[in-house]
This record gives sequence, structure tokens and C-alpha cells, in this order.
Amino acid sequence: MFPELNNLLNTTPDRAEQGKLTLLCDAKTDGSFLVHHFLSFYLKANCKVCFVALIQSFSHYNIVGQKLGVSLTAARECGQLVFLEGLKSSVDVFFRAQAEPHPLQFLREADAGNLQPLYEFVREALKPADDGQAAWRCPVLLVDDLSVLLSLGMGAVAVLDFIHYCRAAVCWEQKGNIVALVHDSGDAEDEENDILLNGLSHQSHLILRAEGLATGFCRDVHGQLKILWRTPSQPAAHRDRSLTYQYKIQDKSVSFFAKGMSPAIL
Amino acid sequence: VTASKGAGQGSRRTLEMESVWGLGGLVLLRDSVEWEGRSLLKALVKKSALCGEQVHILGCEVSEDEFREGFDSSINSRLVYHDLFRDPFNWSQAGEALPGGPLGALRALCRRTEPGPVTIALDSLSWLLLHLPCTTLCQALCALSQQHSPLGGSPPVEPVRVLGLLHMELHGPGPMGALSSLAQTEVTLSGTAGQALAHILCQRPRQHPTHQTQCFSILPDFSLDLQEGPLLESQPHPDPHIPPVEPTTHLTFNLNLSKKEREAKDSLTLPFQFSSEKQQALLRPGPSQATSNIFYEPDVYDDLDQEDPDDDLDV
Repeated sequence: MFPELNNLLNTTPDRAEQGKLTLLCDAKTDGSFLVHHFLSFYLKANCKVCFVALIQSFSHYNIVGQKLGVSLTAARECGQLVFLEGLKSSVDVFFRAQAEPHPLQFLREADAGNLQPLYEFVREALKPADDGQAAWRCPVLLVDDLSVLLSLGMGAVAVLDFIHYCRAAVCWEQKGNIVALVHDSGDAEDEENDILLNGLSHQSHLILRAEGLATGFCRDVHGQLKILWRTPSQPAAHRDRSLTYQYKIQDKSVSFFAKGMSPAIL
Repeated sequence: VTASKGAGQGSRRTLEMESVWGLGGLVLLRDSVEWEGRSLLKALVKKSALCGEQVHILGCEVSEDEFREGFDSSINSRLVYHDLFRDPFNWSQAGEALPGGPLGALRALCRRTEPGPVTIALDSLSWLLLHLPCTTLCQALCALSQQHSPLGGSPPVEPVRVLGLLHMELHGPGPMGALSSLAQTEVTLSGTAGQALAHILCQRPRQHPTHQTQCFSILPDFSLDLQEGPLLESQPHPDPHIPPVEPTTHLTFNLNLSKKEREAKDSLTLPFQFSSEKQQALLRPGPSQATSNIFYEPDVYDDLDQEDPDDDLDV
């Protein structure tokens, strides 16, 4: 968790909003620091987290998590974190009886139309405990990242339907949150990715867009972050809905500063 | 609708916004990621409800609670929410899904029973367009906006107003053009420096389309606040698929002649017209022809050979 980003978003783990969809987007840079931020943020906020990790291994997220002050191993053991390791379980799909349901079942089907098994997995992972132990504050679904599902052969509408059902189950029924990362390839010919990105943008309450600098690589400024609040519930608050900051990723934190105000050049 | 101030201008602006709201048929609200249009949709829904109309909402993108949020109970009691958000494809098998899926829900809206004016809000058309073929959706929209009374279609009932929210970035020019051709009114949302703008294009039957730009904001109780500001009527058209200029402005000829001009035009003899005077003039050798001569004065250095005048041609 990066305190400076919390300041920009005007939030802390103690007073995290509920029922929101946050879209993370990266263009010409790596936006995974945002995923690590929200993973550690919600674990510290004592939320029950379902993490659909399709990009990296568990140990990778665990090592970064430790730098940010959370232990994924401990969280998984105590039941706070449900971790779907895409890299490992994608192999499992092929070495098990076909009758058994698997969240990544679509990998095995030639013409899988939807991501219903993945949604069933998320719903099962985040459903409230029966024994009345309301130990966790609210459920949170984290996906890293949705563009991979397109690369694995799913259509943009199928991925949007998956998020639609997750919104209905997590954000609306259980007043939880969803955070999902989508790459912006910047390629006008990648229509499916554009539909996914724009479709999700229209459904989300907050969009964080990390962009590489137009001038190229720089040692002291790693990129810029655009923050766009889309809150239909407060229609009058039109002003200052969109902010842009530049950032530098350090070993254990990220520092944000106004455009052109990097400490290195002042 | 509450115009801020200025009675004359205010009434004119109100008139234009009325045209969005007042006509029957399909009204497209085209929004973008930066300028969301659901607030405007809710403001128009509220206005319909305040006029005592029955309002049906086909909700695909937000939950019923989220859509009803911000309306008071008198408005909410007039809204009939058809929930396609919770379980559109019957995945949960809980019996909460609308029968027939998206298309069934849309067709069910056509079978209205209650008399009186009706507003149908589609939240959103984009969701429907992603899940239904464009032609099917267009046919359903036609049926929806031209429906007749259940008792044999006579007498025809009041026109149905269909408000459709459309996310511009999600669709290609083909489906957008098809929906535009069905729409009576298109409202395209944009903005500059925190101020929301609505570009309104009205296409009334057998009339010239009108285009206007209007500043507005939506108050927290979802009433529409039309604001002071320049009426940007001469702005370039935001929509590239509709020709923005009047086709008769750049003609190289005059379509309308005055009486004097018409007389002058009729009295003119055109070069190809053959008359008896012209014939006479051509047959009779004129005085100028009879007296014409060719004068040639050789240069001093010309080597003129009388016996072989073509010597200089070198043949």
C-alpha cells in the first residue's frame, strides 16, 4: 500500500468505500504497482479478498506483498485471501476428470461461450460465512489482468459478462468492491481489447490510468497517473473529477508529484 | 426544467430541450467515459414521472437500487423497473431472471396494457447492442416506438417516448448509423473545463433537421439546470456521419431569378440558335471581306529567290 496514493484518492484502509468498481489501466508502461497497492490495501483493511492472478505466480505477489507489509501466505492460511493461481491451475485443467468443474474450464473447451465457471468460483470464494463469523469487513475481487482472458480466446463481451455478474454478486449483493486491470495496447486494430476497456470504463466508479511518458524512458519520472472519478450518484460534483500526476516507483513505495515537478529536476 | 435566468433566452432554450423531451419516438443519449449520460437519463425520467406518465426502465447496467437512488418516493412509485442487471442469462438458476433473456425483456415492453403516455428508458442500449444483433435490436426499437393499443390498434394511443443511453466508444459507425437513422432526436454529451454540453440534433419528419448546443448541469435531486452561456449554434457538427452544411449554399448558379433577371435571360440569343438574320449575314459577303488585302514586306536580309520561293524550306 502506498500512502501517497491513498492521499490522492482521499481514502485509508479504515474508511474504504464499498460497492465500487475500480478500473486499473496501463498504456505503454507496467501498471502492476497499482495491483500490488490494492492487494495490500484491502488485506490491511481486513477485507476478504479473492485474487484471480493470471499473470504472475503466488510467490511473486507474496514477495512484493512482504515489501509492502502484508503476508499473503498468512492471509491465505487464515482464510482472508483466496488465491487463484492461473499459471498453475491452467495446467491442472488438462489433468483432471472433465466432469469436475474448474474455474478455468474455458481453456479446455473449443468453443467456450462464457466464463460462468470462473464467476461461480468467485461467488463461492466470497460468499458470507455460514457460521455467523463476520470476521471480514467486505468482500473484494481483484483480477490481474482481464486482457489475458482475451489472449486465451475469450471474447470481449464474455469478459464483460463475467464482470457484470461479479458486480451483481460482489458490489451489489454483498456491498463489496472489484478492482481489475486491463492493458491498453494503444493498437486501434485490437477491437476486442478496446471494447473491453471502454465497456469496463463505463461501468466503473474510479479509473486509474498509468501511462508511460510520451517523451520516452526517464530515470526520475517513470510515468504519469490519470485519476478519473465517475460518480453518477454525485452529479453536481463535475469539477476536479480528473487529475493527472507523475510518479516514480521506488523500492518500497511510489512517490507522486505534479506534472513537471519531479524533485530531480527542481 | 428550470432555466436559470433570462426569460426570453430561457424560453428559447427550454423550447429546444422540450423538443428532446416532448417528441415521441426514439431519443438517443450518446455519452462518453468522461461525460457520463446516466444522470441526464435520470433527469429526463424524473421529468416524465413528474408529468404523470408511466415510466418503464429496462435496467441492464446498474442495479435497481442504484438507479432509484436520488429520486424521492413519489417519483419512485411511478417507475417500473425491469431488472435485467441481476441475472441476465439465468446463470444463478434462482428464478430471478427475466424470461426470454434480453430480447424477451425488450419485446415484453412492447405489450403495454395501461392507457396514457408512456416513457421507456433503456439503460443501456449499448448493453443490448453488445448482446443482440443490430438488425434485431433495430426492429425491436421500431416496434417499441410505434406500438398501438392492445385492442386492435384503433384508436392509436399516445406516442411512446423511448430514451436510449448509448456509449459512443463501444460501437462502430455501422450500428451507430443504424440507430441514428431510427432516432427522432440525438443528444451527444461532451464538455469543456468542467461544464457539460449537450449537442442536440432533432430530426422531425418532413422538416429540416435542427442542431443546437446547450450548457447544462444536473442537480443532486436529478432536476435539469439549463445554464447561461453562449448558444453555440455555429459550432462544427460533432457528428461526422451527418453532412453539416446546407447543400444549396455553394452552388455556381442561381436557383431563384427575379422577374427582371428572367426577362433578360429570355431575351438573350444563344450562340447556337440559328435565325434568318444570322443566315443572311453569313450568305452575303460583307464589305470588310471585299476590301481585305494581305500586305507583306520582306526583311532586308531575306534571301528571296524568285525562281525557287521555297528554297528556305530546305526540301
